[in-house]
Amino acid sequence: MGRESRLTERIKAANAAGRMAVVPYLPFGYPDRARFWAEFEAMDAAGADVIEIGVPFSDPVADGPVIEEAVNKVLEDGVTLAEIIAGLRTRAGTVRAGVVLMGYVNPFMQYGWERLADDAAAAGVHGFIIPDMPFEESGEVRGILGARGLDLIPLVGLNTSPERLAMYADGATGFAYFVSVLGTTGARESLPEEIFERLALARKAFSVPVALGFGIGAPEQARRFLGLADAVIIGSALVKHVGAGGSAKAFLEPFLK
Amino acid sequence: MNPTESGYFGEFGGRYVPELLMPPVLELTRAVQEIVPSEGFQAELKAALRDYVGRPSALYRCPNISKDLGLNLWLKREDLNHTGAHKINNCIGQALLTRMMGKPRMIAETGAGQHGVATATAAAMLGLECVVYMGAVDVERQAHNVRRMQLLGATVVAVQSGTKTLKDAINVALKDWIANQRTTHYCIGSVVGPHPFPQLVRDFQAVIGQEALEQFAARNMGGLPDAVVACVGGGSNAMGMFHAFVPHESVRLIGVEAAGSGEPGCWHSATLTKGTLGVFQGVRTKLLQTADGQIDPSHSIAPGLDYPGVGPEHAFLQSAGRAEYVCLNDDRALNGFFTLCRREGIIPALESSHAVGWVLDNPGLLPKGGHVVVCLSGRGDKDMGIVEDVLARQGGEGK
Ligand SMILES: Cc1ncc(COP(=O)(O)O)c(C=O)c1O
Repeated sequence: MGRESRLTERIKAANAAGRMAVVPYLPFGYPDRARFWAEFEAMDAAGADVIEIGVPFSDPVADGPVIEEAVNKVLEDGVTLAEIIAGLRTRAGTVRAGVVLMGYVNPFMQYGWERLADDAAAAGVHGFIIPDMPFEESGEVRGILGARGLDLIPLVGLNTSPERLAMYADGATGFAYFVSVLGTTGARESLPEEIFERLALARKAFSVPVALGFGIGAPEQARRFLGLADAVIIGSALVKHVGAGGSAKAFLEPFLK
Repeated sequence: MNPTESGYFGEFGGRYVPELLMPPVLELTRAVQEIVPSEGFQAELKAALRDYVGRPSALYRCPNISKDLGLNLWLKREDLNHTGAHKINNCIGQALLTRMMGKPRMIAETGAGQHGVATATAAAMLGLECVVYMGAVDVERQAHNVRRMQLLGATVVAVQSGTKTLKDAINVALKDWIANQRTTHYCIGSVVGPHPFPQLVRDFQAVIGQEALEQFAARNMGGLPDAVVACVGGGSNAMGMFHAFVPHESVRLIGVEAAGSGEPGCWHSATLTKGTLGVFQGVRTKLLQTADGQIDPSHSIAPGLDYPGVGPEHAFLQSAGRAEYVCLNDDRALNGFFTLCRREGIIPALESSHAVGWVLDNPGLLPKGGHVVVCLSGRGDKDMGIVEDVLARQGGEGK
């Protein structure tokens, strides 16, 4: 790899400023199409380092009830992957944040991996998070995405062995996603104690930055990981806030301090 | 045939699960290689199948329908198993495996409730804690089976997400497995899901075809049937029936899927006949889906066939031309149901009625005077509510 990934660069810039990078997640089209794009632009303007756009899928096995409900709603509105890419293309060059599409294998596969990689790169996408694609199934896709400079973000967690961490770390680009709980997405009051030890192992295994996600809902909670994680991913708590009519910018600001 | 080490039958199969599920999936893969073939496991399984399940199940030649059709219709009587369906073959195997892996808790999904009842039964027998996830729609239409599971000591959780049917119950079971993998085995009910489940469940169900092959040969001077026929939901009774016959190329393998009401544009469960390639619930296989890759709702009058995916080995056998897949409307399955009741005194499950109904409708596609073995995967007591509704709507008694 020649040039450093945009995602790595954004996270390192935040770290250089003395804070963890902030990575908000919103499912595309939530709470409706117009508000989604308004919130997307507002989060970018507020200084979100990387923005994760959820690509809706009917059967999200890695997601908890808040995201599942949001996704069901946008699917009823008929949102599509093509629409996400088209919307990003019209904004290409104007977005400061790194942009990641997070979604399950099937909608991507039906779009066609080669076409997806071409269209996503042209629309200003920097990487993909695909929770139901473990290392063993990812070879072909990693090659296709990598050829366009797109990162396939590995997900690891509390039960990922050192051998499997090493497998994911070898050739990883962008950043690594550390899942904080043995469970699905959803904000939690407390996180398991073993997380500190496991996170340290992951951080040692990866040369790219490590982002902590699943279960993070409050700035104080995120701050406990300062120096232990390079970035925090904020999903369900933000989705809930935005769904209740709140502004994403206001929600993110305390995390960005 | 066995899948590759990564779980592929041709281009179908694999392990499309979150990384958090890979450790238990790999642990199970090792257990399948090490524990299942062991002498201790096999001896216990064999004894349980004989003394508890009541195997071997009978192979029965239907005297009356055979005369009506001008061919020999044989039924492999999985309906006579303890708990009334083939599902118990798999559950006994997986429950023994759960115990030998040192896990105290077993979870399952269920559609018709048959797999839930079989899992609850095996768990009770082996002293395992049992939780069964069931779509809220199915809880309602199979209320009797819910009470059976509860009697057997299982906790039944009504799943309110998505279409509230089998696929949603599997999603929730997968989430439970992620959270509780250290204590829990996921006893999946069909030849679906990530590797090694399609192979594991098939191997536990293969006793159906193995027995049928031997029983048929013993009564027909060592011969083979012309065709074997089974209904296909996820595909476990069919795979169990087909497996021993796959190498015998003269035997036609026919899987019957549910075509739903048959009205244009209706929801159905004919995944192999009408679906397309995709990735769903851990496996690359044929699916019912939109052009955008969203999973379509499925439907069948038979709750156990109501699933928008199918086992990868069936997709492979279809693509290789070794097995044929056809589909049948709800009303023709009901014809199979009523005919078997009236002509032979056997009340079949609505799932199995699809296999029976297809033979009744298509004797011309089978050799005159030939031999057809149908897997009668379960008994129909559980379906009385559905059948009574149909009769009430028709204002008749069935014919
Ligand atoms: C009696 C019976 N037959 C068939 C099926 C369909 O499952 P499979 O295709 O895995 O055999 C079910 C599922 O619940 C069932 O209860």
